[in-house]
Amino acid sequence: MTNLVEVKNLKKNYSSKEAVKNISFNIKENEILGLLGPNGSGKTTTIGMLLGLLKPSAGEIKIDNMNFEKNRIDILSKINFISPYIELPKKLTVKQNLTVYGKLYNIKNLNERIDYLTEKLRLEELLSRITGELSSGQKNRASLAKALINKPKVLFLDEPTASLDPEIGDFVRSFLETYKQENKISILLASHNMNEVNRLCKSVLMMKNGIIIDEGTPESLIDKHGRKNLEEVFLKLSRNENEFN
Amino acid sequence: MKMNLIRIYGLFLRHFYLITKSFPRILDLIYWPTIQITLWGFISNFFATYSTYYNNAVGIILTCAILYDFLFRTSIGFNMLFLEEIWSRNFTNLFISPMRISEIIASLVGTALIRALIGLVPAILLTSPLFGISILNLGINLFFLFLSLYLFGITLGILVSAGLLRFGPSFENIAWSTMFLIAPFGCIYYPIDILPDFFQQIAYSMPLVYVFEEARRILIDQTVITENIYKAFIINIVYLTAAISLFYYSFHQARKKGTLINIGE
Repeated sequence: MTNLVEVKNLKKNYSSKEAVKNISFNIKENEILGLLGPNGSGKTTTIGMLLGLLKPSAGEIKIDNMNFEKNRIDILSKINFISPYIELPKKLTVKQNLTVYGKLYNIKNLNERIDYLTEKLRLEELLSRITGELSSGQKNRASLAKALINKPKVLFLDEPTASLDPEIGDFVRSFLETYKQENKISILLASHNMNEVNRLCKSVLMMKNGIIIDEGTPESLIDKHGRKNLEEVFLKLSRNENEFN
Repeated sequence: MKMNLIRIYGLFLRHFYLITKSFPRILDLIYWPTIQITLWGFISNFFATYSTYYNNAVGIILTCAILYDFLFRTSIGFNMLFLEEIWSRNFTNLFISPMRISEIIASLVGTALIRALIGLVPAILLTSPLFGISILNLGINLFFLFLSLYLFGITLGILVSAGLLRFGPSFENIAWSTMFLIAPFGCIYYPIDILPDFFQQIAYSMPLVYVFEEARRILIDQTVITENIYKAFIINIVYLTAAISLFYYSFHQARKKGTLINIGE
């Protein structure tokens, strides 16, 4: 399978700190790659670089065989992002938000695309409602619709089910699995929910202090570290203060 | 430079929905210019009655107040549009969309004009029945004066937004104070001779003095020195080019320093 995302020797330095230190990884077509790590491990910085919000200090990002820095706009039209820490304009209705973002992504047949996402994400009753007045679960589905408005080839998810109740969380996970399967997209999932990572991801990267300290399938990592589940592996690697510095 | 009109329209639409959806927002846009111009209308009437300098042209102060308010609304309007994205935590969504910087600027420039006009047109319409003054007395030159002020207003807006991009929301207070800093050098309500020599040099380096001196000349002497209008236009183009370049530079710096991520969340 081809690599849709290729990251080679990526580094990000701020004036006094190395946030990401020479990491390399690939995301294959139709793959969900988990990105795990404690707070401050460099996950957000890595995603920031993959979204073009941060300029790498060194290294290269290629998405769909294009160099990010040389083809930023073309690549941005093929990717998208969802995070509970960013929001859609609160005063607009869900339909207005989807229309605005459809225009920003220059989507042809926008109404058809909105209809499709409305049906898949059960947004029928939410379209005319003000986004800021929705519950967390409803906002999450609206944000997911925005993130899929441009039929992204690569989707970046930063804790997509944080603050959701178990039922809505399960709906979102099921939706992502089905959508990925039907559309052959690649997903990078940063999450602290180990059950979610275990369920969705075929492979996982563990980051700490700006480097990738381990990688593999959830099963192989559990075996390798002799733990019962991925959460215990995460705790072992996170708590081991000096091993990876 | 390639620009996509649909994307530009998309960002305009985001602010159009916001403005038209909320009556208080429309009221807010209209309220301040109307209050401002009504106040200056009465002051203008007072000076016209008691000042020999102004008694040949009743509407000078009021006309200059309207022109200044247009400049103020355009500049603040641009900043407000940019700040709106920060306040609504929509900044990241905007900057991960495939909008070029030029498209963002173009969209905000157009939207800022519409915002300024929504506020100013009702206020201008009020001046005729209330004070018997029409800004149209400036004739065809009114268009060029407005154009100059519009260019300078968006230049200031772009400069402040560049600061917001580079330094984040902490730059917000500057956004509100820029116009007040520049106003004394603009010679809005008084001739440039009033300023000390050193301040006059600063004033001549900005387009405002040419615009307001010309507005007064048209109303008092009914003459126009087109060279001044050209000067204002050329200075505007220089500043606008510098402001746009700075905006691009700030964007690249923000990507290097990580400000875009910090603003976005």
